[in-house]
Amino acid sequence: MSKTFFGGVHPPTHKAMADSKPIKSVTAPKKVILPLSQHIGKPSQPIVKPGDHVDMGTKIAQAAGFISANLHSPVNGTVKAIEEAAHPISGKCLSIIIESDGTGAERQYAPVPLDIDKLSPEAIIQAISEAGIVGMGGAAFPTHVKLSPPEDKKIDTLIINGSECEPYLSCDQRLMIEKPQDVVRGALIISKAVGAANCIIAIEDNKPDAIKVMRQADTRIVVLPTKYPQGAEKQLIKTVLNKDVPSGGLPFEVGVLVQNVATAVAVYEAVIFGKPLYERVVTIAGDCVKEPGNLLVKIGTPVSDLVSYCGGFINEPAKVIFGGPMMGIAQGNLDVPVLKGTSGILFLSKKALISEKEGICIRCGGCIRVCPMGLSPTNIYYAITKDKIDLANEYNASDCIECGACSFECPAKLDLTGMIKYAKLVNLRQNGK
Amino acid sequence: MGNKFVVTSAPHIRSKESTKKIMWSVVFALLPAGIAGAYIFGFNSLYVIAASITAAIITEALLQKLTKRPISISDGSAVITGLLLAYNLPPGVPIWMVVIGAFFSIAIAKQTFGGLGKNIFNPALAGRAFLMISWPMYMTKWSNPRFWPDTISSATPLAKIVHSPQSTVHSFSYWDLFIGNRGGCIGEVCVLAILAGAAFLLYKGYIKWHTPITYIFTVGVLTWAFGGKGFLQGDWIFAILAGGLMLGAFFMATDMVTTPLTAKGQLIFGLGCGILTFVIRKWGGYPEGVSYSILMMNAATPIIDRFSKPKVFGIKKKGV
Repeated sequence: MSKTFFGGVHPPTHKAMADSKPIKSVTAPKKVILPLSQHIGKPSQPIVKPGDHVDMGTKIAQAAGFISANLHSPVNGTVKAIEEAAHPISGKCLSIIIESDGTGAERQYAPVPLDIDKLSPEAIIQAISEAGIVGMGGAAFPTHVKLSPPEDKKIDTLIINGSECEPYLSCDQRLMIEKPQDVVRGALIISKAVGAANCIIAIEDNKPDAIKVMRQADTRIVVLPTKYPQGAEKQLIKTVLNKDVPSGGLPFEVGVLVQNVATAVAVYEAVIFGKPLYERVVTIAGDCVKEPGNLLVKIGTPVSDLVSYCGGFINEPAKVIFGGPMMGIAQGNLDVPVLKGTSGILFLSKKALISEKEGICIRCGGCIRVCPMGLSPTNIYYAITKDKIDLANEYNASDCIECGACSFECPAKLDLTGMIKYAKLVNLRQNGK
Repeated sequence: MGNKFVVTSAPHIRSKESTKKIMWSVVFALLPAGIAGAYIFGFNSLYVIAASITAAIITEALLQKLTKRPISISDGSAVITGLLLAYNLPPGVPIWMVVIGAFFSIAIAKQTFGGLGKNIFNPALAGRAFLMISWPMYMTKWSNPRFWPDTISSATPLAKIVHSPQSTVHSFSYWDLFIGNRGGCIGEVCVLAILAGAAFLLYKGYIKWHTPITYIFTVGVLTWAFGGKGFLQGDWIFAILAGGLMLGAFFMATDMVTTPLTAKGQLIFGLGCGILTFVIRKWGGYPEGVSYSILMMNAATPIIDRFSKPKVFGIKKKGV
């Protein structure tokens, strides 16, 4: 693949600490915290009350409206409370707290031979919706909504996103190595649901083992050059198909649908086995945990449980990050639970972080060279510091994908990404969208 | 719960580059040209360099102290200004002039605009222009390389052509011009040393090729086409080696603060500098035009920036 998107950076990947370790299944925790908002859209409506007994896979909250998602219990146990609890993204969120009864018996799902021809698109989307699947790469957009584009937009190509361009993370890589058939079947099911004639699985070239295994699984594998943010939808589509998704538009405008590897596996399990999304693979990494690795974790497991499972800390963490180091969200404590969209939890010591003070822009142009959207972050930054949101918009601030490449590159260590996010937030409030 | 961690917005990792690292790398890259200058013109040029750097640093520190801002002399930017000013002065210039020049560079051209990152004009070149206007006599008094016999009259190769066109251009071989066996400013004479420093900065990515190559190419082509007795008879090799073009193109037209942000802008900048330099050299009153060309293009930088914005992903240029 010689073609690639404009800009981008090459942060140290730090994948080695976890990517060679097989996925380990973590036993169900004593208590799970299940925020009603784990997805983009309206929070789910609880359909259980404190005292109710639930089993693994029991639906406990249902989608409230079109852009929303169902929620299921990941353990056998009793609903303890429905109350505000720590949330890794929004700080606090109404959550269903379930205490496990300790039986921990996993529900067994019988494999069914896949016959895609027998599945109707409606049935597939219905099964996905029922299972409460959301985009598992981090954005957590309800998948059944993404699979229902406007009538007039035909999707011809599905890209399964296996680029996993964030440093440290390797959960998708492990899934591709360990469950290549499931990834492929999930991809075929999604293709069928949207009527896509082409299905491409795209993997960055720093994962040769995954590429090898996936090639044996017999599908169209496209190898991408390793460059951050290769996994961003617009950049991925540019590299794979050389198509430009228009500014402000979604991939279906160019007839493309992008789905993450983990989502494809979840779709397969939901459609074929009826298994709801109540567990996922999470990369635990960073220079602080004793045993980094990829864990199959019940949604709602508090981070502190995972820390003890991984043997505790060997270094004092300065930062705990949900997601990757480029776009992830820093946490203030270890009470927060794993969400459907949590691809990794990183524990980084002071050493692993460069925390220099913000300086002054020397107009080196580095941020412009690396911006994958062709923006001028420094100009937007200074427009915002002068409270000129209109000027920031003239510089197309709203096209920012918040990948963090500009801040990463900036020799003056300016918080360029943070400032542009702020401008987008102001815009959102003003436009009332 | 008690655990408290640092909570800041993403990204949580940063590249190892820093302003300081860039600035000190430029200082390092400038050393060969200065060492060559000192070797060619003798100890006096070292005094000029030392005085210029010291005055620049003291001026910056004093002004920052007076205006109660953090003192940032360790970032290396004042050192660069001091070095570049000295490199743009004749070796025999009086030390008091050097000090005044450095003061002007830092106090007027840099700090009154708001300091690092805010100045419009290259501080060193502004300082040089100020000295040129104020004391032109001293600024055009050239010394010969110290190993030349005393009988040769002193002037820069370019000045010789302008002021006494009869003298043959090739009293200097290209090799002399390349290694710096000629009169001129301290840091501009040894092209070899300048290129060595520039190669380091290009390799590190701290300067881009766009401006210097376009600049040198433009001067070369224009001189070749229109700089000789007939069309396409100009001595373009002489033109790019003899003056301050190499130093200007690689170290001053590449100053991040005062030049365009994007590659497209930098190409325009280099082209503009090249045209202006040729025009000044051919029709202007000065034999050399590099400093003024760069200063003029510095003034044009905001406009160039406005018209050389990168293409935003997913936005079509025309229509829609």
